[in-house]
Amino acid sequence: MPKFTLYVNGKTHRLNVVADMPLLWVLRDELGYTGTKYGCGRGLCGACTIHVDGEATRACMTAVENLDGAEITTIESLSLDNSHPLQKAWIAEEAPQCGYCQSGQIMTAAALLKRNPNPDDADIDSAMKMNLCRCGTYGRVRKAIHRATEDNG
Amino acid sequence: MRQVLSRRDFIKISSTAGAGLMIGITLPYKDRLVAAGVVEQTFEPNVWVSIHPDNTITIMAAKSEMGQHIRTSLPMIVAEELEADWSQVKVAQADAHPDKYGSQGTGGSGSIRRSFTRLRKAGATAREMLVQAGADKWDVSKAECIAEKGKILHVSSGKTFTFGELAEAASKLPAPEDPLLKNPRDFKLIGNSMPGLDTPSRVNGTAQFGMDIQVPNMVYAAVLRCPTFGGKIKSFKSQKTKKVNGIIDTFEIDDGIAIVGKNTWAVIKGQRALDVNWDHGDFANWNSKQIRDMMEKKGAGKAIVAREDGTVVNVKNDQIISAQYEVPFTHHATMEPMNCVVHVKKNTCEIWAPTQVPQRIQTTAAKYLGMDVKNITVHVTLLGGGFGRRLWADFVTDALQVSKRTKKPVKLVWTREDDIAHDFFRPTSIHKLQGSLSKKTVNLWKHRVVAPSISGQMAPERFKNGRLDRSAVNGASNLPYAIPNVLVDYVMTNTEVPVGWWRSVYNSQNAFANEGFIDELAEAAGKDSFQFRLDLLKDSPRHMGVLKLAAEKAGWGKKLGKDNGMGIAVHESFGSWAAMVAEVTVGEKGTLKIDKITSAIDCGLVINPDGVKAQMESAIVYGLTSTLKGEITIEKGAVVQSNFHDFELLRIDEMPKVNVYIVKSAEPPGGAGEPGLPPVAPAVANAVFAATGKRIRRLPIKPEDLI
Repeated sequence: MPKFTLYVNGKTHRLNVVADMPLLWVLRDELGYTGTKYGCGRGLCGACTIHVDGEATRACMTAVENLDGAEITTIESLSLDNSHPLQKAWIAEEAPQCGYCQSGQIMTAAALLKRNPNPDDADIDSAMKMNLCRCGTYGRVRKAIHRATEDNG
Repeated sequence: MRQVLSRRDFIKISSTAGAGLMIGITLPYKDRLVAAGVVEQTFEPNVWVSIHPDNTITIMAAKSEMGQHIRTSLPMIVAEELEADWSQVKVAQADAHPDKYGSQGTGGSGSIRRSFTRLRKAGATAREMLVQAGADKWDVSKAECIAEKGKILHVSSGKTFTFGELAEAASKLPAPEDPLLKNPRDFKLIGNSMPGLDTPSRVNGTAQFGMDIQVPNMVYAAVLRCPTFGGKIKSFKSQKTKKVNGIIDTFEIDDGIAIVGKNTWAVIKGQRALDVNWDHGDFANWNSKQIRDMMEKKGAGKAIVAREDGTVVNVKNDQIISAQYEVPFTHHATMEPMNCVVHVKKNTCEIWAPTQVPQRIQTTAAKYLGMDVKNITVHVTLLGGGFGRRLWADFVTDALQVSKRTKKPVKLVWTREDDIAHDFFRPTSIHKLQGSLSKKTVNLWKHRVVAPSISGQMAPERFKNGRLDRSAVNGASNLPYAIPNVLVDYVMTNTEVPVGWWRSVYNSQNAFANEGFIDELAEAAGKDSFQFRLDLLKDSPRHMGVLKLAAEKAGWGKKLGKDNGMGIAVHESFGSWAAMVAEVTVGEKGTLKIDKITSAIDCGLVINPDGVKAQMESAIVYGLTSTLKGEITIEKGAVVQSNFHDFELLRIDEMPKVNVYIVKSAEPPGGAGEPGLPPVAPAVANAVFAATGKRIRRLPIKPEDLI
């Protein structure tokens, strides 16, 4: 079986997995990063959003063979103590309901804020519209993103 | 000697007592301590509250957390009566138990309204015993002491004990039979928005859903089912599956073919590689149109009366208005697909499940394995959405069979495609309505509900003799409008398509029909649709209350642009009243934009206002999905849709501005999860009529309905 090297949240992992295994299952089943969620397996819901070399990426659609040597960031590395401005804002707005899609929402928002530190509603909608939430937290997600940018000054 | 358990010890113990990743939800606190041989002096006056010597308080949640924040609001009720300091409070999730906690089923918007008094008593019992323990220590009368912010205070001297300091003494006292409950005027926590206890874990990836459970030596499984309802396996070839790297085994189980492997990806690939020859069965000849035709035909025949007021024939000289409303099958689409972890051992079985019915899972497993329920442990994880889907135990039955055969712990994962194809769908329905106006007032209302029956499909024998399925007319038979002649009846039209409880169940369809049709009658009478309703609701103050509040806040009657419309609807369900005003813009090409939803709810006494607000927001989005999208259709006896590209959900860029107003009330608590849903579709449909003059009588609304 092929060997790959992944850099996940600043740690180096050597993996013996099939080449077509999506990063989602590498993270969840092989490495135990279960914060990244399975929702559709076809890049349609955004629950598995992570960052590859800083870009928001669907982990369910990205085979490990295309990631050899890439820098991967998951929800777990934003901060475990919830000190990241997005996490603080999410908590302040009580954004999550069931919470299942929220890792993906937050990771997409984090990539948005990197590109555009002061998004308006239209920017937020355009960046976030591929992240589905069945509980309907969209209104609070919008508010939380605005709040995070305000906290950043 | 007092032994205080540090957080690190706590984690260490829980790790040795069970699976490492299951901290906090493996075993109840006490069992963990006992298992670890720690002397414990926890005060446990009942199953709901444990006060530990370190002054922390664990409150048991016996309902499932699926986003409705009940793991915050239920502990608030106990803590209120206990006079606990909220910062002391931790919540623990109860494992399934046949009777210790009463029903653990989470549904019908019932968690708070069905536990309110019981939980208050649990907190009050503990409080009274702590007060007594404090009084005993100071050798003063109980009347001189009060509980306040996690302490017992001797009022005149100002001396205090923490609850933790009194835990041991209190645990030796008899429990009062009838503890004094607080005057609601004195509530400190109840009525305040408290931060969700689970919110921090939901923003850093540590929240543990069923899908996240990992136990040592676990294998993974997927199941391939016949896409056609009622279909069976003729034969299958598994050679290609067995060649997939990581596949361990493939075998037939009751509902399909199980694929077992070393990781999720292996079993997904293995499932795709299976070559099955299906016996599709008789239902393979059915499609959505045929189902509708059958319902039309049966709907014209014999019906079972659900409500009959006055006489329904004396309308000869009236103006008669008739309309037919229709609603399709739709899907729960929880973001977390069905899954669970099951470990069948020699004489016991351990299950981790995101479930709304822990006890049903326990009895299902006991029956299937031939074990006593006491040997079946069911841990309830967080649920990535429920909405009624997780009231079923079908996914657990799969996993039981796989674990029994492989003798290993098994994580069963449904793909999104499995989840879409094999739901218990919200029933499709046809509503035949007829009303009559005599001198511009409503004289007659007839509503015939034609729909598959959830109960009738589960237990057909119960309905053989023409018995009414009352739930199918929920929201129809309790029409609130003061109309002298009312006939509501029901025709059962079951098919092979599995149907189930979906957020607000039949209220979702019946409110769409009721509230659309009452608008049609208002139009025929030449009256404003808000005022028309009010005139018919004089004896229904709580309907009137929410209706007026929503209308006032929305600015009912204000001037709108030529493409805009405002629509209103009101509905009572699950012990609560909700009204909504929708504002929409309809473009020339049939584009529909929902601009704003102004909503009002009267759910009696409110425990956690922000929680109620969030549930209303949620019900509105859920309702908008089924108003604008979210149709499940049948071809060749199977579901056409397969994933989120063809079963679409509302997205953030379609999200209207939403305002929620809560009626202040001292009435007993009502439900909050579902009541916000039924008024959504009719409010939008009525707004579309106001904007375009086109009546929407079928969901979801399509562009061609608007041009």
